[in-house]
Amino acid sequence: MNKSVITIAMPKGRIFGDACRLLRNAGFRLPETFETTRKLILDLKTEPFRFILAKPVDVPTYVEYGAADLGIAGKDVLLESGRDVYEMVDLGISKCHMAVAGLPEHQSRNPFLKIATKYPNIASDFYRRRGEQVDLIALNGSIELAPIVGLADAIVDIVSSGQTLRENGLVEYDRLLDISSRLIVNPVSYRQKKTQIDQIVEKMIKATEGTKVGMD
Amino acid sequence: MSQPYMFEKPLGLRDTLPKAQQELSRLEMIFQRELICWGYDFIKTPALEYAETVGRASAIADHRLFKFLDAEGHPVVLRPDMTTPIARVAASSLRKEPLPLRLAYTADLYRSQRKEGGHPSEFEQTGAELIGDATPYADVEVMSLMMSLLEKSGLESVRLAVGHVGFVNAFFYDLVKDNARVEELRNLLYNKNDVGFHEYVDTLGLPEKVANQLNTFVDSRRLTNEETLAFLKSLVTGASATVQAYYKNIIELIHLLKLERLDEKIDLDITLVPHLNYYTGFVFQGFGGNLGFPVASGGRYDDLLAQFNRPCPATGFGIRLDRLMSAIKVSTDRSTQKKRAVIYDRENVGKAMQFAAEEREKGHAVVLQHADGIDNLETFREQFDAVNYFLERTETEE
Repeated sequence: MNKSVITIAMPKGRIFGDACRLLRNAGFRLPETFETTRKLILDLKTEPFRFILAKPVDVPTYVEYGAADLGIAGKDVLLESGRDVYEMVDLGISKCHMAVAGLPEHQSRNPFLKIATKYPNIASDFYRRRGEQVDLIALNGSIELAPIVGLADAIVDIVSSGQTLRENGLVEYDRLLDISSRLIVNPVSYRQKKTQIDQIVEKMIKATEGTKVGMD
Repeated sequence: MSQPYMFEKPLGLRDTLPKAQQELSRLEMIFQRELICWGYDFIKTPALEYAETVGRASAIADHRLFKFLDAEGHPVVLRPDMTTPIARVAASSLRKEPLPLRLAYTADLYRSQRKEGGHPSEFEQTGAELIGDATPYADVEVMSLMMSLLEKSGLESVRLAVGHVGFVNAFFYDLVKDNARVEELRNLLYNKNDVGFHEYVDTLGLPEKVANQLNTFVDSRRLTNEETLAFLKSLVTGASATVQAYYKNIIELIHLLKLERLDEKIDLDITLVPHLNYYTGFVFQGFGGNLGFPVASGGRYDDLLAQFNRPCPATGFGIRLDRLMSAIKVSTDRSTQKKRAVIYDRENVGKAMQFAAEEREKGHAVVLQHADGIDNLETFREQFDAVNYFLERTETEE
C-alpha cells in the first residue's frame, strides 16, 4: 500500500514547545523554524506529514471531523469537548491538574455556590457527582479575578505550578483530576491508514517512556 | 430562542435540494435493487412510536429522542432507529411467518442533536435485518451485504471494522467477576479512551497477570488480523465456556469472510464497542472515502426481540445515506440526469406535446414549456442539455 499524507493537528501556545520536543524525540525531523513560524500549515519535506497549527481547544474538533488524522490535545480540552476520537497515548507532557480554588476562609452567602470557569462541562460534572447544585459562570480567561471581585465563590481551572493562584491570594480547595497531553486519533483515519498510524503511535509511546523516566 | 426568521428550520433539520435529492434517489435505487437481489423484503413502519415500547427498547439516550404527547395523551417518539420498530413488527404482525426473516427498509430517522454542523437531527438510513438465525453465517451474510451495497454506491476504499461485544463482556467478566466493573471497562472502550482504560485497570488492584491481560487487550487494536487471532487464541486457553464459544464464532467468521474475499477489507478489532447497547454479539462499522465518520454500522442483537415477547436471535445493519453522500465523490455528469426542453407557442402546442410524449416514452426527461411563460430565455436555456423550439411553424433543435 502506498503512503498517504498524515495530517497532525498541533496545539499552539503553552503546550506547543513540549509537543515539538516530544515529536523530535520520537524521530520526526521537524524544521528548525517550526516553533517560530507564523504559518498555520507545514508540510515536512522528508516524510509524508502535514502539520496544522490550531488553537488548543480546537484540536479535538479538527480530529473528530477528520480534517486532521491525529492531534495532540490536553486532557482538559478533551474532557470539556467530549469529542468522538481515540485517546491512544498519555504523552506525559504539559502536566498540570484541574482544581477548585478561591479566597481563603471564604464563606458563601449565595444559596447555590457560584463557580466561574473556562470548563463548564467538567465543573458541572464534578459538582453533580458530588450531589451539589451550583451556578456556573463561563469565563474565557483570567479566571482568578472572579472570586477576588466577588463575581463567584470559587473557580474551577487548571493549575500547573500554583504561582498564579498564590500571587492572587487564592488557595486550592479541591483537586479534581490530573491533566496531561494526549495523542488523539480520528476513528476513520485509524481504519484507513492503520499501518502508518500504528507506527506513529508506537514511536510516540517509546518517546513518552523516555520523558516519563526523565521526569519521575 | 428569539423569533425565528422565515427561512429558518428547527435545529438540526435541513432541506434536500434537487441535486442532492437526485444523488439520494440514485443511491436508494441501487440499494433497493441489490437488497431485492439478496432476497430481502422491504417494509415500512410509522414515524411515530410509543415512548414506552420502541422509545425505551431503542437504546438511544432519552435526551436525544423527539418526545411529545399524541392526541390521547400518550408519550410518543419520532423513531430514532429502524431496528427496534422492525423487531416490534417481527414479534407481532409477522409472528407467524417462518424464520429466518429477511427484511429491508429505507427510512428517515430522528435523533435530537445539540452539537454543531454535520450532525443532522433527521437523516435517511437504508438497512437490512436478518431475524431468527443465530449462526455466524447470518452475521457474514449481513456484513457481505453491507459491503456490497457500499461498493456499489461508488464509495472508495471501503473498509469494515469487526468486533464482538459478547466476547468482550464475557472475557471481562471472567477477569474481574463484577458487572459494574465490566460496564465501566466497556464504557471506556466505547469512549475510545485507551488512556482512561489503563488508568482504571490500575485502580482495580487486580493480580498482575489479570491487569496485564486487560491492558494488552485494549492495545490489541494495533495488531494485524493475523496477530489479533493469535492474541485471542492465547486469551481463551483456560477461559470460560462462553468465551470459548464466542472465540469459535470469531474464527468461523474470519474463515467465511475469506471465502467471500472480504478478508483484505476487514479490520478485526476486538476492542470495537458501538453505542447502541442492545448488541450482544458481532458488531461492525463500515468506512470509506474521506469522511471522518463511519458511514454504516450494525451487529447482532439477540435480546431485543424478547422485549417484544418473542425471544429470537437477529442481526442487521444500517447505512447512513447523509454520511454516504458526503463520503462519495460525485462526478458532475453522473449527478445530473440529461434533460431536454421543448419550447412552444399556441400554434404548435399539439406537435410539441406529441414530441414530448414520444421522448418521455423513450425514457428521456423532457420539460414542456410555453414560450410566454419563460421569464428569461437565455438563462432558462442554459439549464438544459438540448432544446427544441416549436415556434411559428418553425421546428428547430439546438
